Amino acid sequence: MRYEARLSGSGGQGLILIGIILAEAVGIYDGKNVVQTQSYGPEARGGASKSEVIISDETIYYPKATHLDLLLCMNQKSCDEYYLDLKKDGILIVDSSLVHQVPTNKAYQIPFTRLAKEELGKAFVANIIAIGAIAEISKIVKESSLTEAVLKRVPPWSADLNKKALKIGMEEGKKAEAFIPSKG
Amino acid sequence: MPEYTRLIYNYLRHDKKFPHVWCPGCGNGILLGSLIRAIHQTGLTKDEIVLVSGIGCCGRLPVYVDFNTLHTTHGRALTFATGIKLANPSLKVITIMGDGDSMAIGGNHFIHAARRNIDVTAIILNNSIYGMTGGQYSPTTPYGMRASTAVYNSIEQAFQISELAVTAGASFVGRQTVYNARLLDGLIEKAILKKGFSVVEVVTHCHTQYGRQNKMGSAVDMLKWQRDNAVPVEKAAKMSPEALEGKIITGILVDKELPVYEEEYNKVRAKAKGLS
Amino acid sequence: MAKMTYRLLQGNEAIVEGAIAAGCRFFAGYPITPATEIAEGMSVRLPMVDGTFVQMEDEIGSMGAIIGASLAGVKSMTATSGPGFSLMQENIGFACIAEVPCVVADIMRGGPSTGLPTNPAQSDIMQTRWGTHGDHPIIVLSPHSVEECFTVTVKAFNLSERYRVPVILATDEVVAHMREKVALPPRESLEIIDRLRPTVPPDWYIPFEDNSMGVPPMSAFGDGYRYHVTGLVHDVRGFPTSRPDEVDTLIRRLHRKIDKGLGYIQEGEYFLMDDAEVAIIAYSSVARSAKQAAIMAREDGKKVGVFRPITLWPFMRKDVEEILKNVRAVIIPEMNMGQYSREVKRVDQGYARIITLNRVDGQVITPDDILRKLKEVY
Repeated sequence: MRYEARLSGSGGQGLILIGIILAEAVGIYDGKNVVQTQSYGPEARGGASKSEVIISDETIYYPKATHLDLLLCMNQKSCDEYYLDLKKDGILIVDSSLVHQVPTNKAYQIPFTRLAKEELGKAFVANIIAIGAIAEISKIVKESSLTEAVLKRVPPWSADLNKKALKIGMEEGKKAEAFIPSKG
Repeated sequence: MPEYTRLIYNYLRHDKKFPHVWCPGCGNGILLGSLIRAIHQTGLTKDEIVLVSGIGCCGRLPVYVDFNTLHTTHGRALTFATGIKLANPSLKVITIMGDGDSMAIGGNHFIHAARRNIDVTAIILNNSIYGMTGGQYSPTTPYGMRASTAVYNSIEQAFQISELAVTAGASFVGRQTVYNARLLDGLIEKAILKKGFSVVEVVTHCHTQYGRQNKMGSAVDMLKWQRDNAVPVEKAAKMSPEALEGKIITGILVDKELPVYEEEYNKVRAKAKGLS
Repeated sequence: MAKMTYRLLQGNEAIVEGAIAAGCRFFAGYPITPATEIAEGMSVRLPMVDGTFVQMEDEIGSMGAIIGASLAGVKSMTATSGPGFSLMQENIGFACIAEVPCVVADIMRGGPSTGLPTNPAQSDIMQTRWGTHGDHPIIVLSPHSVEECFTVTVKAFNLSERYRVPVILATDEVVAHMREKVALPPRESLEIIDRLRPTVPPDWYIPFEDNSMGVPPMSAFGDGYRYHVTGLVHDVRGFPTSRPDEVDTLIRRLHRKIDKGLGYIQEGEYFLMDDAEVAIIAYSSVARSAKQAAIMAREDGKKVGVFRPITLWPFMRKDVEEILKNVRAVIIPEMNMGQYSREVKRVDQGYARIITLNRVDGQVITPDDILRKLKEVY
């Protein structure tokens, strides 16, 4: 089965990094085939940014995502732009601190950025909270694999901070499920 | 054959069919003689020398001498030299460039080679004109002089090659005329032995183009002009700017110890190996 | 054989590892999207293995520096994208005529001019072949996966050393920035080719003398074989010449050495081609869309295959002719206005219908794009 994930938002939110982390966790630690791509504008901060991860047990030829099984939107613009690429049963996860107009109530709304600021005092770990929530909601990656992949890609001094972020994400993922009105 | 001629003969390539491409009376031959005498004095072997040139009359110089020789593209001699030196730092790399070659099309490479302070010697033949292509004005053609692309006289200000080299960060900078060939020998020898980027600006004449278009007479007349206008740097220090107008300040302008790129890069290697 | 370990690597990172494995020990470059990661990787890796990285003032200087390093006997490369590749052309020509081995990675982005810095394109295909002036031979290879970024880079160095010719490693932004799970082959399993060096005494060395392969042995500066290298047309000793017979001999030898090596140089992949009635010819990232499209078409009962040239130049004429004779139509999707397809059309003698599919909007060609084209013929 081919699984397509798109992590979108704006430059500087660390979307490419969590794409790499997800790909590494699924590909290297879980042993599946994986391809990660990205597209971005000229801006290092701001502007559109997206990272895509294709997961499969078979050989992956086409490397880009077109029919999404999972879409993460970390700002309003990306939600507006990519929502229609989501499959019928696809999972939509939004950062509710930045996405205020959600196109469907069948969406997981978690305030990643606010949580990062309020719980950990560092807005920049919003992406790690998000990837924790993604793992919990989608079940596409093992928790241990994800933790290992995160720790490999972040600077050693921030290991504890990122572990905490991941944990918050997973807990929020569990909680968020309850708010889905009609599952499936 | 006198010993003086024998020395030069020993360094020439005898499987290369002379005559050379230069006009009778050209200063390039004087520089070639100076360069050979200087290299001989340093004691470096022929195998250790790499002579790299760009394009123009002086670009043809390396082909005549029995070293490792490389005739590159216009303005790019220093980039090739950079690659050679960094790939094999035990080689002594000397570039030969003209004023158009080093200051116009290759001006960027020149200032950056100086800034990096690569251990390369740059010899620049400054004849204030593009000779080979027929006497067009160059970045060192003085204001008001005539050239075949400035028949109404040049309206551009000339670059001062040596002063630019000093500003760009070269370790050693010297200027001399081909008239003072024996002084030139010593200057080139010092430049070659200097660790770091060294520049020798060789003031020479192109009587065929520059001299003819500006009615400066024969090669001999232009050599005399060099003799009469050269001012040693020590003497120049005591002269007023007005008195120095139009003069050629000769001698060593800069000779200082600066970090050399290749040595600095060894530190990079040590750090990288500490990481790996 | 050593155990294969899997890593998640980016295309550009795999190019760096391939170059190091091939024996590259000198890199000169200038930052440019989407090739910058190659320079960054080289600046980290080369000093670890006693190699040298230098960031030059521009791409002209980068190309000059790698030629210089190669003349000093060190395997060298640079990496760039369209605008920088344009600046390198003059000195690429120097490497062609002076027969200096070197590798240039051209990670293609949208053009012309500054174009689309962060978007993919395949619009340098003709420039890789004809970018520098004059009649010259050149080899261009195009990887389509991260693993191939490694193996094809090794091949690029091998061909460059074997034929004393610059080799262009041309791929697009998608492949260069894509990350895949790969197991890099262990060093001892790789074939590494080094240039032939003279075995005769220096007095006997004739640096540009012809031989059966058309590739004279190459001495490094400092090895005791003092000789002359020039961008001028030269005689067998390396000295400038304009004698018609000597000029003709050199230019024809430069071509002959590549022509004689076609069987060795050319490499392509046949994917589901055995019984194919329609062939898709595609390279670099578009080849991946083509394979996906072929699989989807076959689920629909349509016999579609893919031919993927890894060697873009010299053009794989024999392979393409054979394909044209055996299918009823060929679809050529490209992220340009039809650069490779023009070559295919040139050799088509009415054998098969040729359909081009061109995208120049900075977006990748999707399998669906190709399937829609397929409906026109199948």
